[in-house]
Amino acid sequence: MNIFNILKEVEKVDPEVFDRLDPRREVFKHFGGFGKKLVAAAIPLAFGSMLNKAYGQNTTSVREVLEFALKLENLEYYFYKRAADTNIFPSAAGKTAFGVIRDHEEDHVNFLRQAITGLGGAAPTTYTDANFDWTAKGLLGNATFTNYGTMLAVAQAFEDTGVRAYKGAAPALISNDAVLQAALQIHSVEARHAAHLRRMRRDMANGMAALKPWITMKDSGGLPPEFQGIYDGEEVTTQAGVNITGTFGGITIDANAASEAFDEPLTVAQVTSIVAPFLA
Amino acid sequence: MAKLPTSVPEQEVLQGLKNPLNRRSFLRYTGAGLAASAILLAGCDDDDDSTVGNNMTEGVNLGSGDVGILNYAYALEQLEAAFYTAVVALPNFSTLFTSATERQVLTDIRNHEVAHREFFKAAITAAAPTQIIPGLTPNLPASALVSRASILATAKTFEDLGVAAYNGAGKLLTSAAFLGIAGKIVSVEARHAAEIRDMIENGTFASGPAGITGGNIVDANGLDVALTPTQVLMAAQPFVKETLNGSNLPTT
Repeated sequence: MNIFNILKEVEKVDPEVFDRLDPRREVFKHFGGFGKKLVAAAIPLAFGSMLNKAYGQNTTSVREVLEFALKLENLEYYFYKRAADTNIFPSAAGKTAFGVIRDHEEDHVNFLRQAITGLGGAAPTTYTDANFDWTAKGLLGNATFTNYGTMLAVAQAFEDTGVRAYKGAAPALISNDAVLQAALQIHSVEARHAAHLRRMRRDMANGMAALKPWITMKDSGGLPPEFQGIYDGEEVTTQAGVNITGTFGGITIDANAASEAFDEPLTVAQVTSIVAPFLA
Repeated sequence: MAKLPTSVPEQEVLQGLKNPLNRRSFLRYTGAGLAASAILLAGCDDDDDSTVGNNMTEGVNLGSGDVGILNYAYALEQLEAAFYTAVVALPNFSTLFTSATERQVLTDIRNHEVAHREFFKAAITAAAPTQIIPGLTPNLPASALVSRASILATAKTFEDLGVAAYNGAGKLLTSAAFLGIAGKIVSVEARHAAEIRDMIENGTFASGPAGITGGNIVDANGLDVALTPTQVLMAAQPFVKETLNGSNLPTT
């Protein structure tokens, strides 16, 4: 008997099973009855506590993950809101791209607020521009919205961080199909943004001609050392025990290519540390 | 949530066990003791699908469960790798793509897709050696390789389709570890998709028509496309000689 299959099957019948098992919602009595039936079905009593743990890891963390994402999306939205309003773009295309990205981040904010509201409980946190420190605790001075290169670098930093943050959070959402899929759909949009920002930095006058839309090893693309945490860990060349490097059909996959081919997750703690300077 | 009748006939309960139910009805079934038997059945639903037949009638059967999803990803990565390998090997590659940067981009993408393909081959072989699908025979129309425009258009289809496939398949996985791996790959596919779209028309990295489905590549909620395996396999089938059979893949 596979206990994990049971959980998955219960969830197929009732996608809200974990939610229902929340004692704060007065359904503990149902849980009790559920447990009795499980005994009747000769299923180990341990299943009850496992469900309880599963519940504890799921409804709580789904909300936490969404609130965490909401904070990051607000950081991005307010950044792009200011950035897209500047007139330091050397071309109309750059300004247009920032407008497109700003609108996506605003959509993500609204979407996440709706999703959190849908979970019930306290209202989602509301952010304003004043919640953020665009000098990064003085590190960037006033360059964030006055120096085009700095503005693009900060944008790349936010996007690459966003990609890694959603990636780290996704497995915690595995019990909630709808939220998981939406998170993945946001995640890939952030990756598209990241690729375009990197392209913009590559192609700008006196830009970083060697920069790629993907992350090579743990190269920070010229960002200050304070932001190295955004890229640390990206250099791995082994996935699930499989060494990615090698020669296959005459095509050699070196360490650079192996690291580029897989983006890596960051934990909530790592992301929190990375974005801390930008929080007022 | 739909309002339910206050009592549920037993035959509806049996039917209902196959369908998603809302919270109230599930509790009712629990009370009736039916959920317990459903759970018993569920508990017996182990991976007993070790025979993956690959014959002419059913085509290449991707299989079921998490391994089926891994095979599904492996199939798509095989097609992508084959396409970019053919592109980079074109005798006129450097005249079709006069920019060294663009040649590097396409060579990088080829390497990434080969890395993905080889990863899945090794990972599935390790996890379920009897269930891995064979190497597929790509069926690239000659027209896909004749010009910069046709190559990029094909690449755009593959990349956007790959992103949509991983976005739609994540929830079908039961293993958090496999989900983590899928997440590591999908964002790289999205980076590819953005760059290819920008090479076609700068600024379309995350905007404009999806192409692979109706609507835009990013919708009004700021969400990328997610497609089911059925939708993806229908779009991918023309690019492979074998018939891809995803009929045993999980749907939830």
